[in-house]
Amino acid sequence: MKLASHLFPEKAKEALHDQNLQKALGLLQVGFPELRRRAIANLPDFEALRDQAATIKDHSLKNLDKLTSAFTEKIESRGGQVHMCATAEDARKAVVKICQEVEAIKITKSKSMVTEEISLNEAIEAAGMEVVETDLGEYILQLAGEPPSHIVGPALHKTRQQVVDLFKKHHDIPLKSESGEGLVAQAREVLRAKYFEADVGITGANFLIAETGTVVIVTNEGNADLCRVLPKTHIVVTSLEKVIPTLDDLSVFLKLLGRSATGQDITVYTTLVSGPKDSDESGGPENFHVVIVDGGRSKLLGTDQQDLLRCIKCGACMNHCPVYSAVGGQAYGWVYPGPIGAALNPALTNPWEMRHLHQASTFCGACEAVCPVKIPLIKMFRFWRTQSFDDHITGRGQRFSLRLWAYFASRPRLYAMKAYFVLPLLKIMAGKKGYLGHLPFLGGWFRGRVLPGPEGKRFVGEDRK
Amino acid sequence: MAGKNKTKSVALFATCLIDLWRPGVARAAVRLLEDAGVKVEVPGGQTCCGQVNYNGGDEKGAKTLAKHHIRVFEKFDYVVVPSGSCADMIKNHYPGLFEDDHDMKKKALALAKKTFELTVFLTTIAKWTPSHQEIGALKITYHDSCSCRRHLGIQNQPRELVAAAGHEIAELPGAEVCCGFGGLFAIKFGDISSHLADKKCTAIKGTGAKTLVGADLGCLLNLEGRLMALGEDIEVLHIAELLARGKQP
Repeated sequence: MKLASHLFPEKAKEALHDQNLQKALGLLQVGFPELRRRAIANLPDFEALRDQAATIKDHSLKNLDKLTSAFTEKIESRGGQVHMCATAEDARKAVVKICQEVEAIKITKSKSMVTEEISLNEAIEAAGMEVVETDLGEYILQLAGEPPSHIVGPALHKTRQQVVDLFKKHHDIPLKSESGEGLVAQAREVLRAKYFEADVGITGANFLIAETGTVVIVTNEGNADLCRVLPKTHIVVTSLEKVIPTLDDLSVFLKLLGRSATGQDITVYTTLVSGPKDSDESGGPENFHVVIVDGGRSKLLGTDQQDLLRCIKCGACMNHCPVYSAVGGQAYGWVYPGPIGAALNPALTNPWEMRHLHQASTFCGACEAVCPVKIPLIKMFRFWRTQSFDDHITGRGQRFSLRLWAYFASRPRLYAMKAYFVLPLLKIMAGKKGYLGHLPFLGGWFRGRVLPGPEGKRFVGEDRK
Repeated sequence: MAGKNKTKSVALFATCLIDLWRPGVARAAVRLLEDAGVKVEVPGGQTCCGQVNYNGGDEKGAKTLAKHHIRVFEKFDYVVVPSGSCADMIKNHYPGLFEDDHDMKKKALALAKKTFELTVFLTTIAKWTPSHQEIGALKITYHDSCSCRRHLGIQNQPRELVAAAGHEIAELPGAEVCCGFGGLFAIKFGDISSHLADKKCTAIKGTGAKTLVGADLGCLLNLEGRLMALGEDIEVLHIAELLARGKQP
């Protein structure tokens, strides 16, 4: 996906003034957190499960090589193929090559953020093949030519009316009803035909189980199963950190994932796939490939940033983030928005491009409090802020001000002297109205807000009876 | 203050924001501590805990200020801070700043242990209960800072104090949602910040309370600044200011 994260400040401002978007975000902010709250209220062990999940992930990441080998061996023993790809380009080439080998013309696809990350659709289309998104949200975005704004609900930023307009523009058949049901019915009608025409089906994966060599795909629409089972070739595109040791471990994550993401006890479809169809099976793909993308993840192993790889992509951090809820996912400019994106994207792309995202946090900690695998997100933001400061990615003005503050505040007499002269001045500026309407260097504060004036003198050092 | 704690030395760390911007909060905190039988000292060399540097990525500056702060306060038995975020900085982050400096780390851990946010100190160490205030009962609404609520686990203490003083609390819907302050965030991303402040102000107005109370001055200046810009007639008070009303200095 094209990087546009350096535009965050401008995009965020636009988003705040986009009435349709604000309407959609308003619903999201109330909806998902409330659903999650209700779902976990019915599962008393939820907190213990979070600890357990974090432990399993840490163990998996520590033994990633061993587990990946075990997974690969199992898949290959059943006639599937595993392709380890270091970069996005390697992964695109691997997928295109597989499609070309089976002389594919049409390809169906279910939702996969990793395929967005590596810009897979563009590569497939450039190679002369047609690719159709079958997840409803992704399908809407494909028609709109837009990137996703949320990792679970990619088109959450679209209002129903916008979808109605898109369908009317792109579909030849008349729309019977403009209701949600009507839209779903028409998407189903259009997509149904695509499934049967497809030569290759591409899906993502939520987990890879090393013990059994199993790919686990979780969806609510069942579209991944149609992509997987109808074409002759099934390609799973996923990333390195999805490997977990055993089926027992999977049960821990399944209890957490649906509840954290959408407040469901479990998602509607949970599919376990272990290879191509057996000789005695009548249906299923003849060719089975798993493309595992590294994309910069392995360099986090063994570092303080490794905890980021615990992520199971539930989206709870963005659902609870005040900043995400204010500006939506598209402002973030890359496939992973919200808190996890702010923390992970600099590692997967480059810190300069992502420089605004980790700064755009109040450190309120709502994300950490709901993360099902307990990723210490604030610590991660602070890591990037420190790196940015040290590498001069942070602007000169901020660096200079902070240094100056540390200089004065570690010299109490100088500090007192400065306060003695500046505070009365500020008090005069605030005047009768009692507030300041503008101050140089603090411009941002005054966007929609004033600053209550100071008393004019310090507390420390005053005479006390 | 009860029994054995009476002989302990207690210092007030006013915090830079209160010291420079609203000294009345610190005066109020002193009055409350004295009412609780605590003899409180205000070390003259105190400035800032370094939180703004730490969160801004300036680790070197944060260390410089943490060292300074530790030097000023290490000799006391207790340090009381009328701010959740500064207490969070000292309690939860100072020790981590000195991973490669054994001596400083020890000092940081010691200070972390004896530093208390004001409402926690009043309720759990000083075991103080306010009497009904002469100013009469107010209907207030309470803003939990994220530092207090999430990072320090403080929720009941301020409410107990406010209730004991005879005031009625109209709880704020979405109390767990950030007000949008976030230190430098409020300046760097002013539009997003005041958008969040605005949502909080809408909730505040919805309670019908004419007084907003909180324990973190950053959040309070943010909300007061927005309320003033909207022309709303809602008084914004630090919890120390509310509880000290009517008490003679």
